[in-house]
Amino acid sequence: MTPVQILFILVAAVTLGAALMVVNARNLVHAALWLIVSFGGVAVFYAMLNAGFLAVAQVVIYIGAIAILMIFAIMMTRNVAGDSSPRFNSSQIIGLVLALALFAGLVWMTLSWSGATTTPMPLDSRADPISQLGSALVSPDGYVLAFELASILLLGALVGALMIAWDRK
Amino acid sequence: MSDPVTIIANWLEGLLLGWGLSPLLATIILNAIGILVMAALLLVLDIFLVWVERKVVARFQDRLGPNRLGPYGLIQPIADVLKLLIKEDITPRGADRLVYNLAPILTLATVLLLWAVIPIMPNVVGTDLNVGILYLVAVGAIATLAIIMAGWSSNNKYALLGAFRTVAQMISYEVPMVIALLIPVLLARSMGVSDIVYSQEVWYILVAPAAALIFLISSIAEIGRAPFDLVEAESEIVAGFHIEYTGMKFGLFYAGELLHALTIGALFAALFLGGWSGPGVQAVPVLGVFYLLIKAFFIYWVIMWIKYSLPRIRIDHMLSFNWKFLTPLALVLLLATAIADKALEGSTTVVYILVMLGLNIVLVLGALALVRGYASKERQRVGEPKPVARPPQPTVIEQS
Repeated sequence: MTPVQILFILVAAVTLGAALMVVNARNLVHAALWLIVSFGGVAVFYAMLNAGFLAVAQVVIYIGAIAILMIFAIMMTRNVAGDSSPRFNSSQIIGLVLALALFAGLVWMTLSWSGATTTPMPLDSRADPISQLGSALVSPDGYVLAFELASILLLGALVGALMIAWDRK
Repeated sequence: MSDPVTIIANWLEGLLLGWGLSPLLATIILNAIGILVMAALLLVLDIFLVWVERKVVARFQDRLGPNRLGPYGLIQPIADVLKLLIKEDITPRGADRLVYNLAPILTLATVLLLWAVIPIMPNVVGTDLNVGILYLVAVGAIATLAIIMAGWSSNNKYALLGAFRTVAQMISYEVPMVIALLIPVLLARSMGVSDIVYSQEVWYILVAPAAALIFLISSIAEIGRAPFDLVEAESEIVAGFHIEYTGMKFGLFYAGELLHALTIGALFAALFLGGWSGPGVQAVPVLGVFYLLIKAFFIYWVIMWIKYSLPRIRIDHMLSFNWKFLTPLALVLLLATAIADKALEGSTTVVYILVMLGLNIVLVLGALALVRGYASKERQRVGEPKPVARPPQPTVIEQS
């Protein structure tokens, strides 16, 4: 095994273990903290795939914004943190079957894709992936439409939040 | 002997390879040694910072400061550390033990992580990430998390209130900070901190002084130092998130804050003051460390100057200042800088600097004039006579 493979197995184990703890932890704040460990593991995967930008964006957005918002919401809500109700309900069997079916489907789809078995070409070390990503996001034959649509959606959300919070006299 | 770091690294690499280690293992060992040396140096510097901080505060407050232990009180920080180490280590009842102990470690660790991308001399940088600026933001997010963890796990309502304030403050001030950071990125055409240092033939503080100021203000808010120390306001919530921490665990928060202030200084130096650049640095690269430290300590001194001169601002003022002043100003600055930079393509350096400088001054003065107009209107509104409640007049019943 190459060192990269060992690292991959270790990070995957931590990510999956943390994800399991998210659904298994009784304390909601603990669940959120485990979720952060899981997000961090995904960021390490991105870094290992030479996608530094995605890795850092994962940390900024998922840990820095989403997870902190979650913890904030949990701490603001009374008596939710120490929930002692049962962790499993009657649909656990169906849930397990559905999850396994989904996982099997994903594995089957990935294996039937030709790219899954071929070794990827090494990246051109001289090319700067960040500037390529940047130009692709704003070039007309790239992703400019999707980029602008996402911007408008976010702007709409911003204006909506402003309207809700606006104190009309 | 002009570049000892490279010489030592090459010598060590040769030694390790000579022992028959594989090149990969040798690289891993070298990196580990580099990380250890860097972290150890920073933590030793951190102990020294305790003395710097106390001495400078004393000057600002017209006192002498520590002067008993050693020359100029230089051994005082050692005594401080010893005192912190032998104090009783208390974990409050009902505290979440793991999270409670993890939070101070995470706080100091995030500050050390920031140094990974700060170039300390030409060709010597922890790792030259091409997304360096974004990395700084990401590490800042983890620092916020550490403080929330400390506040929540202490099982103390003041600590929790401190954590709430932290979230409000740190997340809000992240916005103008990121926008201000985009301006050097835009000028250097790169997100790597090394590239930004290399491309500063003219220090960016001359080209983008307003962005530098916004970065400094929002960084002070990120560290939670006065005037933005609402996170640990003594008169309101005792000590905020670190109220329950004793001994060295409190020491880690304290050391983290001091080192973070110096780190902000180093970052400011790298982004706006040319980093390690200075006279003679091309011939003798090791001079770069001294230039960087001089600049970093100057900014650290400015941060202390602000801390010990200004009173704490009110929480609603803190939020309005951010959302109604810093963020719009930073956005307008970013737009104006982008347009001006494109328009001035091909002009001489002097013209470029003068136009950029003028643009910054005009924008900041315009923003200040707007704020002044709003403030005088607000003062008038507040100063108007308020309706006073009076007892109802007894109605006179007419006798007929």
